[in-house]
Amino acid sequence: MAVKVLIPTPLRQFTGKQESIECGARTVGEALGDLTANFAELRKHLYTDEGEIRSFVNVYLNDKDIRFLDKENTRTKDGDTISIVPSIAGGSPNSTND
Amino acid sequence: MYIRAGAGLSEDASALGELTQGRSEQGKGRPERMHTMKKSLWTESLTGTEPIGRSLLGCIGNTALLRLERLGRNYPNAEFHGKAEWLNPGGSVKDRPALEMIRDAERTGRLQPGQTILDATSGNTGIAYAMIAAASGYHVKLCLPASASEERKQILAAYGAELVITPGDEGSDGAIIRAREIIAAEPGKYFYPDQYSNPANWRAHYKTTANEIWEQSGGRLTHFVAGLGTSGTFVGTTRRLKELNPAIRCVSLQPDAAFHGLEGWKHMPSAMVPDIYDATLADASLTVKTEDAYRLVKRAAREEGLLLSPSAAAALDGCFQVAASLQPGEQAVFVTIFPDSGTKYLSERFWDEV
Repeated sequence: MAVKVLIPTPLRQFTGKQESIECGARTVGEALGDLTANFAELRKHLYTDEGEIRSFVNVYLNDKDIRFLDKENTRTKDGDTISIVPSIAGGSPNSTND
Repeated sequence: MYIRAGAGLSEDASALGELTQGRSEQGKGRPERMHTMKKSLWTESLTGTEPIGRSLLGCIGNTALLRLERLGRNYPNAEFHGKAEWLNPGGSVKDRPALEMIRDAERTGRLQPGQTILDATSGNTGIAYAMIAAASGYHVKLCLPASASEERKQILAAYGAELVITPGDEGSDGAIIRAREIIAAEPGKYFYPDQYSNPANWRAHYKTTANEIWEQSGGRLTHFVAGLGTSGTFVGTTRRLKELNPAIRCVSLQPDAAFHGLEGWKHMPSAMVPDIYDATLADASLTVKTEDAYRLVKRAAREEGLLLSPSAAAALDGCFQVAASLQPGEQAVFVTIFPDSGTKYLSERFWDEV
């Protein structure tokens, strides 16, 4: 199943400037795993050395924070959109924070 | 050209000068000040006509310089201090530049009665605009992305700010573009402070923050350390401190990567660099990892009783990094800026995770 992962501006340098990446996945965790397998440099920005999603990295499935769903096990369906949003600028996924 | 300290202070800031002594934490109010205060109290009680209390905006600045008692004990040659900027009435350091930008625009005629202050911000600057605008009788309109936190939107709305919500996936760029569109449609209606390009931003710190640090430290500081966001705090404070004593080492801090969780900070190599930034000012530039700041937020709360924001803890982490590199026998007196407290970050995951 194909889901779209939106790449926040500061991370696009690691995806060849692509703003979104299509990933095949049944869960959010699989989608992020697929993403970081294809773009290895993303991994250390998104995950700790222990393999957990870093504390300031918020992941949304269609605008819902996955920590209030089933976290990384949250099921995805065809056409879903996953957003990666750092906890800055009141949650805005952009480098022009204040 | 820089403005001399004491000259051109806004009435808000100069009104503060008189009151600082009264709330001096050292309790060493100068005798003549005490005398003046007693006399004015006496006069008031006689006539009953002078206003009592302080204006809200007069409470901006002159924040306490807090001395760390416990967290820095691994560095016996160093003393650590932070300006508690959450004591500003809007809850953050951003009250200073916001007030200065608004007062500067009034003086130069770019902000007229009846105009609306418009900007794109979901952070502390927006809260400062909203508070100052409410207290000064201006309307304020802020563009912010839907992804901004509910608490922020509620604080802004509580001050009566009009919120223009832009699509979350467009981030702050979408909010900035929307703000520019609104101004382009009705240019005469708005004042757009633009903190990234407005010299009044750094001048606020040149005129107030730096001189407060100098006085509160008795000129003893050896190091000034601060994070870079708009860069106004670092640029303005450093310019003035270097005039007062060129030997003060000024160290700027940045996140360790473009993707980070230090609200208010900018990773200059990858970000849109603010016009007011001057990269030649810093004697050294260091980086802070988000998780290190998070751990220090928790330590500061539990060991020092200080509820710091991630960026405040990151600033302290920068001080510790410099302290770790001191030469044997070198004594250091550090001053940094704590931009805000941890109260707006309580829903972050790091409280449970780091």
